[in-house]
Amino acid sequence: MKSQFKYRLFTMLALLCVAVFLPSVAEAKKLQVVTTLTDLAELTQEVGGDKVDVEALAKGYQDPHFVEPKPSFLLKLRHADLLVLVGLDLEIGWLPPLITQSGNGKIQPGGQGYLDASQFSQILEIPGGNLTRAEGDVHPLGNPHYWLDPDNGRRIAKGIAGKLAEMDPPDQAYFQQREQDFEKRLAEAEKRWEAQMAPYRGRKIVTYHRSWPNFAKHFGLDVIGYVEPRPGIPPTPSHTLELVNLMKRENVKIELIEPYFDLKTPNSIASMTSGKVVQIMPSVGGKPEITDYFKLFDYDINLLIQAFQETK
Amino acid sequence: MKRFPALFVFMVAMSLGVVAQQTPTAQSTQAAPAQADTSALEQKVRDLEDRLVLLEGEIRQLKAHGAQPPAASAPTTAEQGPAPTTTTASAEQPRLGGAGGAASKALNPDISVIGDFIAGAGHNPINPTPAFQMHESEIGLQAIIDPYARGDFFISFGEEGVNLEEGFITFTALPAGFVVRGGKMRSAFGKVNTLHNHVLPWVDRPLVTQNLVGGEDGIDDAGFSVQHIIPAPKNWFFEFTGQTFRGDSSDVFTSSNKNDVSVVGHLRGYRDLTENSNLDFGVSYSRGHNLFGSDFVTHLYGVDAMYRWKPVRRAIYKAFNLRSEFIWRQQNQPSLTACATITCPVNTFAGFQRAFGFYTSADYQFARRWFVGARVDDSDRPFNSRLNDKGGSLVLTYWPSEFAQIRGQYRLTRYAENFDAHEAFIQLQFALGAHGAHPF
Repeated sequence: MKSQFKYRLFTMLALLCVAVFLPSVAEAKKLQVVTTLTDLAELTQEVGGDKVDVEALAKGYQDPHFVEPKPSFLLKLRHADLLVLVGLDLEIGWLPPLITQSGNGKIQPGGQGYLDASQFSQILEIPGGNLTRAEGDVHPLGNPHYWLDPDNGRRIAKGIAGKLAEMDPPDQAYFQQREQDFEKRLAEAEKRWEAQMAPYRGRKIVTYHRSWPNFAKHFGLDVIGYVEPRPGIPPTPSHTLELVNLMKRENVKIELIEPYFDLKTPNSIASMTSGKVVQIMPSVGGKPEITDYFKLFDYDINLLIQAFQETK
Repeated sequence: MKRFPALFVFMVAMSLGVVAQQTPTAQSTQAAPAQADTSALEQKVRDLEDRLVLLEGEIRQLKAHGAQPPAASAPTTAEQGPAPTTTTASAEQPRLGGAGGAASKALNPDISVIGDFIAGAGHNPINPTPAFQMHESEIGLQAIIDPYARGDFFISFGEEGVNLEEGFITFTALPAGFVVRGGKMRSAFGKVNTLHNHVLPWVDRPLVTQNLVGGEDGIDDAGFSVQHIIPAPKNWFFEFTGQTFRGDSSDVFTSSNKNDVSVVGHLRGYRDLTENSNLDFGVSYSRGHNLFGSDFVTHLYGVDAMYRWKPVRRAIYKAFNLRSEFIWRQQNQPSLTACATITCPVNTFAGFQRAFGFYTSADYQFARRWFVGARVDDSDRPFNSRLNDKGGSLVLTYWPSEFAQIRGQYRLTRYAENFDAHEAFIQLQFALGAHGAHPF
């Protein structure tokens, strides 16, 4: 009786081991990639195709500065071969402790599986001189919202393709081919977007946070003010009044607001300036229909054009 | 720092040269219509622009990492030719500049200072606090040591002296997912014990922590810690932490000889309930020798649970946390005659003591800068478990920014001596330097 019990216990343990380890063996061929934001996940998927499994930690409608470092993220990070992040201190409030606790040597800073996408991109607003927090929650390394320029999207994709090829040399040609295909499709889309936006070049706008310099630069928009008095500081009545006056003086009607900010102040500004609040999406997945990097720009540009047409 | 622009211009010139060499060959091979020519040129311009951006990125990395060449991730580009030239050039340049100046500063650890000022009012002869105190100034020094480990130091300057609150190395690249720490650290017993003062949702620590788990310092000792995630059903997270310490922690553990080590074990469970809410719970055990000598042992048992709600789409405006910890402390104590030879704490009672205590606390963020909270306290005294203290607190917190915090707390404590202490506190907290991780 006792030996039968032992035998059963042994079988159960063996089955448990198989159940735990088998899936990882079966999927061992695919590179496991974790990205901080959905946009990086999308770009990785574009070049990685079916040779990679990609998952993003943050949601597309979430403020990327204030993601909670949940232990459930550790379950994703501990098996990752590659971690792709935005860098420039965007994730500083939540990513470092997760990396440390993951127990995954590959994705530690400086490791082979740690990829900071900012190194491939054009970075704007790099502060010079003496920097203090009197200017708010500033990013000393430059503005981290750089993925909103499709040219940077292309560069990031190229960088990720290079990294994937380095980690999985037999599939180098595959990644390169996919990257070139993506580049071609992106170039076509860019032509279309630029044509759509051409009539509105030079238009002045206001944004909530400094999330849009790369987007504005690419499409020739002029950001003249922010709803936040300083990055990370919520709107104050005096600053709001200044902004309203500035918008009236410059005849600015459009406010771009990220989906994770409260609409109360933007709405009251809009009513005072007879302007329009545009809830624009900074990331893939911000709305269910924004399923890839192309649709992100399609969505935002359509929204913008509609707003420009409505306000004049 | 001045060398970087020069280096940059040099590298751009190099890459221009390389492209210029390639252009005639590219054009001679394709005798195509003007349309194709323009698009080829456009492509060239775009490639050039991309190379420029890449080089800028390399410079940024060089600046950030000091004299080190860019880490293992030298980007592979379509044009493999000029890549080696640029890497060697960039790797050599800082060496010419020597190790001084900006390069050496770049490798300094991240430094932060957190000030904690408390003003108190009210009468409490049992646990008196001064009218004004610069309660703590905590200096944090954190850096990556090498590809295999990182180091963290937290040095706290109190009103009377300096204390190494924590100083440890974490080995992050061990096989099989183990995370090992060595040094002095706050132990993993429960939730509050792991938290530094500045991330607490109150001005003080709960009564049960004060009475049973060593107060503000808590179980904070020199030793080793091993942490590992345990395989679990999908969407469940389980992690075990095992720790061994010297055995000296406040009034909890005292090491009278080298063998009097203490141990701490903690099992943490976690599950996302929805996208916006989660449940975090744990059980803890700790054992060590107490101040009566090597023959007298203290056992601590703990259960902790926390429910968090934070709407993902409005994460900076709204949040709700409900947390509770139950702690049992059992210890052997000698007969009172022994107190003639050793100093016993006040009210020590002879024989085996079983003390129990708990706190339950809720805090709610109702606006971007405002938080309100309440806490219920109850705890026996460890050296005489027949004495029981009770209390309650109300807390209001205001955040001018992420780096400063003003907090008011009203606290009522009903001590076992049948004395009610009504107290009010105002706390100012402010952070300088490196941006720390948000508490979770």
